[in-house]
Amino acid sequence: MDFKLTEERQMLQDGLRRYLAANVTPEGIRQTDENGTGLDTALWQGLTDMGLPGAMLPEEHGGFGGGGFDIMVVFEELGRAGAVTPLIETAVLAGGLLGEAGRTEEVGDIIDGRLVAFAHGEPASRYDLNRVQTRAERTGDGWHLTGRKAVVHHASAADTLVVSARTSGDADAEAGISLFLVPADAVQLRDYPVYGGGHAAEVALDCSVPAAALVAEEGKAFPMIERANARAAAAQCAEALGLMETIKSLTVDYLRQRRQFGQPIGKFQALQHRMADMLIEIEQARSAVINLCGHLASGAGERELHVSATKNLIGRVGKLVAEEAIQMHGGIGMTQEYALGHFAKRLTMVDHRFGDTDFHLERFIRLSAA
Amino acid sequence: MDLNFTDEQTGFRDEVRAFLDRELPPRLSEKVSRGKRLTKADYEEWHAILNARGWLGVTWPKEHGGTGWDAVRRHIFEEETTRAHAPRILPFGLAMLGPVLMKFGSDAQKSHYLPRILNGDDWWCQGYSEPGAGSDLANVQTTAERSGDHYIVNGQKTWTTLGQYANKIFCLVRTSREGKPQQGISFLLIDMDSPGIEVRPIVLIDGEPEVNEVWFTNVKVPVSNLVGEENRGWTYAKYLLTHERTNIAGVGYAQAGLTTLKRIAGEQMQGGAPLMSNPFFAAKVAQVEIDLMAMATTNLRTIAAASNGQAPGAESSMLKIKGTVIRQQINALARQAVGPYAAPFVSEALEDGSNVEPVGPDYALPASQAYFNNRKLSIYGGSNEVQRQIISKAILEL
Repeated sequence: MDFKLTEERQMLQDGLRRYLAANVTPEGIRQTDENGTGLDTALWQGLTDMGLPGAMLPEEHGGFGGGGFDIMVVFEELGRAGAVTPLIETAVLAGGLLGEAGRTEEVGDIIDGRLVAFAHGEPASRYDLNRVQTRAERTGDGWHLTGRKAVVHHASAADTLVVSARTSGDADAEAGISLFLVPADAVQLRDYPVYGGGHAAEVALDCSVPAAALVAEEGKAFPMIERANARAAAAQCAEALGLMETIKSLTVDYLRQRRQFGQPIGKFQALQHRMADMLIEIEQARSAVINLCGHLASGAGERELHVSATKNLIGRVGKLVAEEAIQMHGGIGMTQEYALGHFAKRLTMVDHRFGDTDFHLERFIRLSAA
Repeated sequence: MDLNFTDEQTGFRDEVRAFLDRELPPRLSEKVSRGKRLTKADYEEWHAILNARGWLGVTWPKEHGGTGWDAVRRHIFEEETTRAHAPRILPFGLAMLGPVLMKFGSDAQKSHYLPRILNGDDWWCQGYSEPGAGSDLANVQTTAERSGDHYIVNGQKTWTTLGQYANKIFCLVRTSREGKPQQGISFLLIDMDSPGIEVRPIVLIDGEPEVNEVWFTNVKVPVSNLVGEENRGWTYAKYLLTHERTNIAGVGYAQAGLTTLKRIAGEQMQGGAPLMSNPFFAAKVAQVEIDLMAMATTNLRTIAAASNGQAPGAESSMLKIKGTVIRQQINALARQAVGPYAAPFVSEALEDGSNVEPVGPDYALPASQAYFNNRKLSIYGGSNEVQRQIISKAILEL
């Protein structure tokens, strides 16, 4: 048993924490939201220079990391800082899929900072990974794609999309899903900001791509998508943990400073007990993230059981932490100007990607009975 | 025990329904049901329609132009208007200031201000909270110093809801530092266009500009604008709060929210079936509905116990806690129900006449917005922590 980080990961954590503390500010996050694509290009360049995209990918795919605890260390720090980056989309999702498909050239570009988004969810798919109604039909020298993709994070900042499309089978069949590389200027985007920072887009597809755009084997993409999704969920849960740590610090500081009825409100036992409960739940969250990151390389059954266990627990604890922190702050916690709001909104939105608390509770019951 | 309305009460309910069918503009009910932002003109339009029927002063006695309704009639009216998606009656002039003026105001103040509230000549806002006086309201620091026949007011108020539309503000101000903090507070009526007043919007986490800071720098207020006696303002402030807390349970809002939630969960699909048929989600909806059914009766028990015109005491603290928590749970379930479409943050699309297209189904944008906005319910009007304190002192005598 050893829960300490390796020396390399400790160095990565220290360096990243220092860099983010100096380069991520609430003001910068607000300005980024209003800049049209929701991407902080200077921050992204800095993180690329530090090697973050490469640290998400294993050596056999051209990266220099890719372990579960690499993901945990990096995303916990991004969460702690409240940073808004496309690292999940471009490195963990698109990079993971392209790496598994042996697309070393594109993976190399991603490691160098190129932005690729993963367009998978659809207006009617909710959290079901198998529900793909976008269609790809063979043409003389390639494919024609038609359909709609929903809430594609960081799509507007990407120059390329990895798009899932059905090449055979019913709308919810696992078999028959394929992946295609599509240039961003070949699709129609409706871009918008999202709660908690960054942008997403609705994507309308009606475009032709060459035969070489097909990534991996036709119709066999589902297990790859499930693996990439597991890693993305782990990244997002680690980010949630970092967000919770900062929310905890902000709230404890506030309980110490805010005076009402002649004393700091942190002297009221009712609030002390609630803060103590929050602390216990955040430690549970940390253990759940460790469980998932430690099982990302396991077989599909064990891995997916941990995805659902951790995503469920993080969803529950995240809601508690965000709501309790706002409540204990009072009015100031409701304002856009004070730092808490950004962290609380970003944490709340964790439950709206990669399956929510209930989705994973039901899935855990099913998987653990198998 | 009889859980049914009397014939007379049922008749009144039918009368309210017929009125709403006839007089509530579909344009307004459509905005309310779709979670669109209401403008100043929207509120004024609805107030004027109610006033024309004599139904605006729902808590006021007839002698002041009110309805003279008892608590049950007020409840029926509230339930029916909420169900019909009518705009809410803004509480600042009608539910807050009006009762204080009737009980403690001078004859001149009553005859001048009360008709103006009903006619919509004045839009009042509330100057209670300050940066250092939230839950601890008695810690008011804004000062009013007597200078001849004026007070000179200096300080800052905050969380002033819809203060951007108001031409008048009623304020708690400090006129003395002798004795306990509660003893040096006065209740003052101030023109918002007085020189030295500055209103700054506070944007909330959902992007809504609904509250404000109001700054006072050497603002001259005639002594005739003092309500009651100097340094007795705490008594009037507390009286106002008991009226603020009538209908604090918000049963009608919760019922309307539950109906919307069920509609959303009936349309959203998960795993090839409507979310509402998913036992995990359906169980949560059922749980909150069961709580709401009981709370509606707790609310009616309180209403029945309160004699005509009398505001309930510490019972309203129970209703405030239970009512706000239930509404927040419904908001949280609606946010959960919309799934990935909870993420888009396009608050301009909630603006009337906006040409910004919504994202996803029409109910998705208001769901997240309402969830974040209504975190305020358990904070404002005396936080739920303060309400628990009231219950433990006043009812449990701990």
